[in-house]
Amino acid sequence: MDFYTISSNLLYTAFVIYLVATFFFGATIRAKGSAQRTSRAGTIGIVLTTIGFLAQTGYFITRWIASGHAPVSNLFEFTTFFGMMLVFAFIIIYFIYRLNILGLFALPVALIVIGYASMFPRELSPLIPALKTHWLYIHVTTAALGEAILAVSFAAGLIYLIKKVDQSSFNVKTFSLEFVLYMIFATLGFILVTTTFNAMDYQVTFEYEKEGELLTSEYHLPAIVAPYDSEMVTEDRFSPLFEAPSWMEGQEAGRKFNTFIWSLMAGLALHLLMLLILRKRVAKAIQPLLSRVNLDLVDEIIYRSVAIGFPVFTLGALIFAAIWAQVAWNRFWGWDPKEVWALITWFFYAAFLHLRLSRGWHGEKSAWLAVIGFAIIMFNLIAVNLVLFGLHSYA
Amino acid sequence: MNKIKCECGHINPEGTVLCEACGKPVEKNQHIDGNDKGKLLNMRYDGSARRSQTYNKTVIDKVWNFFSSVKVGVWLIVLALIASAVGTIFPQEMYIPPTVEPAQYYRDEYGIFGQLYYQLGFHNLYGSWWYILLIALIGVSLVICSIDRVVPLHRALKNQRPKRHEVFIKRQRLFGQTERVSNTDMEAVKENLKKKNYKIYEDHGHILAEKNRFSRWGPYVNHIGLIIILIGAIVRFFPFMYVDTYVWVREGETVVIPETEQQYYIENKDFILELYDPNDERFSEAIQQEGGMVPKNFQTNAVVYQVKGDTVPGSEPELEKIKEGEIRVNEPLKFNGFALYQSDYQLNEFKSMSFKLHPKNNAEDVIGAFTFDMTDPKQEYLLENGYRIVVDQYFPDLEIDNGEPKSKSNYPRNPAFIFFVYGPDIEDREVSFLTIGANINPGNQNQYKLSLAGVEMRDVTGLAVKKDRTLPIFAVGAIIFMIGVVQGMYWQHRRIWIHPKDDGVWIAGHTNKNWYGLKRDFESILDRTSINPPEDQQELS
Ligand code: HEM
Repeated sequence: MDFYTISSNLLYTAFVIYLVATFFFGATIRAKGSAQRTSRAGTIGIVLTTIGFLAQTGYFITRWIASGHAPVSNLFEFTTFFGMMLVFAFIIIYFIYRLNILGLFALPVALIVIGYASMFPRELSPLIPALKTHWLYIHVTTAALGEAILAVSFAAGLIYLIKKVDQSSFNVKTFSLEFVLYMIFATLGFILVTTTFNAMDYQVTFEYEKEGELLTSEYHLPAIVAPYDSEMVTEDRFSPLFEAPSWMEGQEAGRKFNTFIWSLMAGLALHLLMLLILRKRVAKAIQPLLSRVNLDLVDEIIYRSVAIGFPVFTLGALIFAAIWAQVAWNRFWGWDPKEVWALITWFFYAAFLHLRLSRGWHGEKSAWLAVIGFAIIMFNLIAVNLVLFGLHSYA
Repeated sequence: MNKIKCECGHINPEGTVLCEACGKPVEKNQHIDGNDKGKLLNMRYDGSARRSQTYNKTVIDKVWNFFSSVKVGVWLIVLALIASAVGTIFPQEMYIPPTVEPAQYYRDEYGIFGQLYYQLGFHNLYGSWWYILLIALIGVSLVICSIDRVVPLHRALKNQRPKRHEVFIKRQRLFGQTERVSNTDMEAVKENLKKKNYKIYEDHGHILAEKNRFSRWGPYVNHIGLIIILIGAIVRFFPFMYVDTYVWVREGETVVIPETEQQYYIENKDFILELYDPNDERFSEAIQQEGGMVPKNFQTNAVVYQVKGDTVPGSEPELEKIKEGEIRVNEPLKFNGFALYQSDYQLNEFKSMSFKLHPKNNAEDVIGAFTFDMTDPKQEYLLENGYRIVVDQYFPDLEIDNGEPKSKSNYPRNPAFIFFVYGPDIEDREVSFLTIGANINPGNQNQYKLSLAGVEMRDVTGLAVKKDRTLPIFAVGAIIFMIGVVQGMYWQHRRIWIHPKDDGVWIAGHTNKNWYGLKRDFESILDRTSINPPEDQQELS
């Protein structure tokens, strides 16, 4: 077996172990006594999580050996690494607060992130000259760790909101919370449809002209939306329902838009299915499971993970990034979209910390902010890469 | 000024909410921190007097109060956040192709929204006066806000006494009462406090145990770091601190480096581009996806010269070689505060082209030959036997626009010529139109033909010329910022008060963050003593 195969297997192993660990954390809900006390299931959960983390570390090292450079150089590698750091951040926070229920929320987030990552091309890729410096690894890994610690506040925020938001009526709050859950379903939907159609080897090709050049775009999902002003050249396929608007003309914009629509629809289908089974809002269905959760403690975890994550994020996403940019492009700051979004994230969490200085922003408001902060991080990780253009674009 | 004398004897400045020494609430000032009778005390800044909460008469007071409000600070940060996000909707001007007119580019590429974006000046948002102003206001707010609080906070922490007023103790978030406590228990508690690294201050049985006070200065340290970074950004506007320009050098050429007051020259000896081997097994799949061309190395072999002595206007300066080296993407060539970075390149520009003249249907019978040098073009070339070539037109970078030949740029990337050929047996003249790969004789009744005999190509390297003396300022600012946040975030200022009460004690605890940690401290400190652990009096949920 070569290192590449070993690394793939280790990643797969880690994924399965995380999944099993999640169930053990889930089992702690039933255990008697306070939510925070050690329970057998919780202990097994954290031991498994740690083993999974070690397996994933093994993946990281063997893949590094296989490719000759740290595996954080394309979208698959980086997102996987982010998932790994999420688990690591969870382990740290777990050992501070020993809150089992956090595992039930943090691990699925990590699982979805890793699942999402595997939808991107997984082969080893070479490095272009601008990426050939150690500062790249240092920057990317530290930034990912910082973002991951901040993301733990999202998991805690979700717990807080699901427990706290009054589910007796349908209003803006219950809707927003359900919407947050919907976004998770949509990510699951993305993974589901991509895997399904990949397994079927589905393919349809479009041709279109840009600046006098004939370009092709290859879809691996049935086309709902075609690239702007394009022609389908594969026979025997569903014809697209409509064309992407003319301003969507970035690289592969049509295909990305198509995938986006598929994800939203699959997410909707999943969510509706859940609603049908549960016969109530998903958040409302989860709420009773959290009856023993101490909101004060969860609020503290929200704040603490931001407090711990903020310095790491600043160091990785701003300072090391600036050093790298200085080394690679001889300018430490260039206002490219990825940099700007790192700055926005930083501003956001700075605002969060300052708002915490006043009483009124503790508790529920903090929890909402933690959710928004995570949305900004994910936007920077995913949307900026896929949508806005920029130097960093991995894809 | 109206000093406030507390019953404990300490003299507090005007505007004090909690006595600096004993913590007793100053009756008339409780509204300042929003303290409500019977509820918990607001412990931010320990209830010390802040200028912004005390004076509100003059204009200076009003400005001061405005900028020292955290609410205003957060608003400024949020505005900067939104503005920054707006700047990423469409590419900024510096990222659009340099050859196009911005107004047109935004309209063509992004339609009506693009046009609006351009007209609002968002195409250059981060350099706009209002964005810079916004950042500057954050800076002002930071300075005023920090001064408003750091001095009083320092006073309060310096003057605090172990003996605290009962109201102060009772209205802490963590508070506990125990009726009866033995001396051995008290000794055990003190021992445990020491084990937990608390510093103990005692006064007639009253105890203040404190640790990590330094972490309280974290925010002020990090704000100083931020201010230094902002100063660095301001200093960049001065050219003696910061130069950022560009130079193109052809292989074999020596040119002056801009922004060096004509003091330095650079010679491009060779430009090298290496590609990844597409047959490399490891990466073959990814390389194929990229179309087979993944660059591995860009390199310029360069020599830097300095002008020797004074230059006489009009004459060639005398150059002295000061540095020779290879410039690669992450490896600049540095000299006297300047650095040259590999930034761009242009492969295969024409340096010279050689032509031969021969009868139309016999290419072997060469009548004469000449070389057109792109760096030194001539109007006319004399051949043997009375033949003569006149360059009627030269297009360095040919483009056919509506059937008319034109030059796209002044760089010889796709040269084309219209030659007139004169000779003893030519009536009037013959016209030849030559491009790469084509020889068009407009009249087609020419006797003679011009053919390409050879070319000399060369590469051009694009180097960024940088001088940045502001880097140390940013570095120092960033380091101070990091020290400050880590100091403020990874340690917490914890205080525990033990207040003898009849036969028992009251205990109270305060920390600026991480209450869970303080509670755990209490657990281990009170372990195996008869003192009850304090209750969390906060009613959040
Ligand atoms: C982007 C700019 C800023 C950053 C990154 C920043 C960063 C921080 C950080 C990390 C803390 C510590 C928070 C905590 O311990 O939870 C802090 C505290 C503080 N900041 Fe800022 N700050 C910024 C701007 C401002 C501005 C504009 C103001 C003025 C209104 C301000 C006022 C304060 C105050 C009053 C504190 C609390 C100090 C204390 O606890 O003693 N900050 N800041």
